[in-house]
Amino acid sequence: MTTNSGSEKKSAVNVREMIAEKKRKRNFSALTEKIIPILLLIIASISILTTVGIIYTLLSEAFEFFKRIPIWEFISGTVLKPLSQEPEFGLLPLLNGTIISSVIAMLVAGPIGIMSAVYLSEYASEKVRKTLKPLLEILAGIPTIVYGFFAFTFVTPVIRAVFPAVEATNILSPGLVMGVMIIPMIASLSEDAMTSVPNSMREGALALGATKLETTFKVVIPAALSGIISSFVLGISRAIGETMIVTIASGSSKNFTFDITQSMQTMTAYIVEVSGGEAPAGSTIYYSLYAVALTLFVFTLIMNLLARYVSRKFREEY
Amino acid sequence: MKYVDQTLVHKRMNSRVLKNNILKQVFLIATLFGLAVLAILIFRVVTQGIAWIDWNFLTGKLSTFPEKAGIMGAILGTSYLMLIVIPVTLIIGVGTAIYMELYAKKGKLQSFIATNISNLAGVPSIVYGLLGLTIFVRVMDFGNVVLAGGLTLSLLVLPIVIVAAQEAIRAVPGHLSEASYGMGATKWQTVKKIILPAALPGIITGAILAVSRAIGETAPLTVLGIPAFLLPFPEGIFDTFTALPMQIYYWTLDASLVDEYAYLAAATIIVLLVLLFILNAIAVIIRNKFQQRY
Repeated sequence: MTTNSGSEKKSAVNVREMIAEKKRKRNFSALTEKIIPILLLIIASISILTTVGIIYTLLSEAFEFFKRIPIWEFISGTVLKPLSQEPEFGLLPLLNGTIISSVIAMLVAGPIGIMSAVYLSEYASEKVRKTLKPLLEILAGIPTIVYGFFAFTFVTPVIRAVFPAVEATNILSPGLVMGVMIIPMIASLSEDAMTSVPNSMREGALALGATKLETTFKVVIPAALSGIISSFVLGISRAIGETMIVTIASGSSKNFTFDITQSMQTMTAYIVEVSGGEAPAGSTIYYSLYAVALTLFVFTLIMNLLARYVSRKFREEY
Repeated sequence: MKYVDQTLVHKRMNSRVLKNNILKQVFLIATLFGLAVLAILIFRVVTQGIAWIDWNFLTGKLSTFPEKAGIMGAILGTSYLMLIVIPVTLIIGVGTAIYMELYAKKGKLQSFIATNISNLAGVPSIVYGLLGLTIFVRVMDFGNVVLAGGLTLSLLVLPIVIVAAQEAIRAVPGHLSEASYGMGATKWQTVKKIILPAALPGIITGAILAVSRAIGETAPLTVLGIPAFLLPFPEGIFDTFTALPMQIYYWTLDASLVDEYAYLAAATIIVLLVLLFILNAIAVIIRNKFQQRY
């Protein structure tokens, strides 16, 4: 009896201890449950901080620049001579270089990208599609510096062999190579848009006697138009922000010209050139970096917002 | 009375079918055009560079003599960069994804963060370079060291990791976490022991893709002011460094002066592409192995 009650007593104590420990654990775990969401929110806000950081640094340093160079002089200036005795900071030569290289790139990437998308989504068999698409996506994974090397050491010499008037650094060659780089982006996004057009619509057109080509151009593409347009806009945004290809292959001439056989500088290439050394912090040329980067940022932001707006607003729902 | 003129239909049918068949070939050629450029690019780089790759090239220091130059410094620099990029992007990326998918209430804050992340993905890499230059190199005064470069690259590829992790978490079937709650597990226990392990393959695949993007990035590093010619190897994250893409950049610029530098650049590109190929192969293997486990 005594031994029995003794063991009961002992086990009763143990249970009490266990309950206490369980309570402690529960308190701890309740605390973790409260802390974790806060911790995660802090982590998630880093992405917001990044945006704030980008906007703040660009605006504050660009503001310093506009104190020295009036904003209108910057936007409408056709002469860019940052390193001369009497420096002039006109944006137009850079803007011109950026727009021309992007237009060349889109002239390559637009038609070829959309034709690839049509082939992959409408014509190719499942097997062919599964081989071609990943291969095409390799193009998107190649670092831009490699494209820059390719443009400078291969495409430019080839162009010059055919048209000797083209300079050793010119805007044409990086524009073309940039176009090749953007092909997979447009092809992939447009193909997604076309594949999501329901088959019943294709079948309807085919049953009316349309050929596959007519079905594609009169039914599938109109139905997928919002996705296709937004892929174009994203492609342009990518071309505007592209840096290494133009830096390497287009040189650093700041001439305001429309001659694509000549060297031109884009906004991105200007940032690389100026930040690569000869800009002491606090000088006007240093602040000009941020004014140019701000312009670049605004352009790409508008493009990205536009792409999202187009694909949302004009999406045909089936 | 006939409404359809059969002869006319037959006459036009041939040209319509012909047009279809011709354009089909045109579309195929357009698709192959990109691949042809890819083939030329790789062929060109390999024929120029392969002869220059030897043990001395892989393990040697930079040199003013092209035939003696090596890229060990760049390989080490890139490795140190990744030592920062991998943990930083994983912690922030997965943390953000968990918050967005499992904790955030559907509402303004959540959609604001989501919009913000997708906008960040569209910011040109050179702008991240300026952010890094201002914040990490100047304001925090790290100087142009591995830490500054690594953090800049981390911010750049963060959206990739966040989106991949979000998709991986979303793909974990709901009945798994419901079973966990049913057993009395708390939310964090469920996240830690059920959802994260199940989402891990997807997260790792996304992280590898982000890392391979970071390895090839050049533009942000050019802005940070990485020295063109650096002899000592970096020994820690507070050392000045160079990286593989930077080396390619400088050698390509030099190629207009001396031809040999183009071959050195091509050899370095081969090393970089092989590295990227291995990383992507690992990502594909992981994706295929763990696809549709549930």
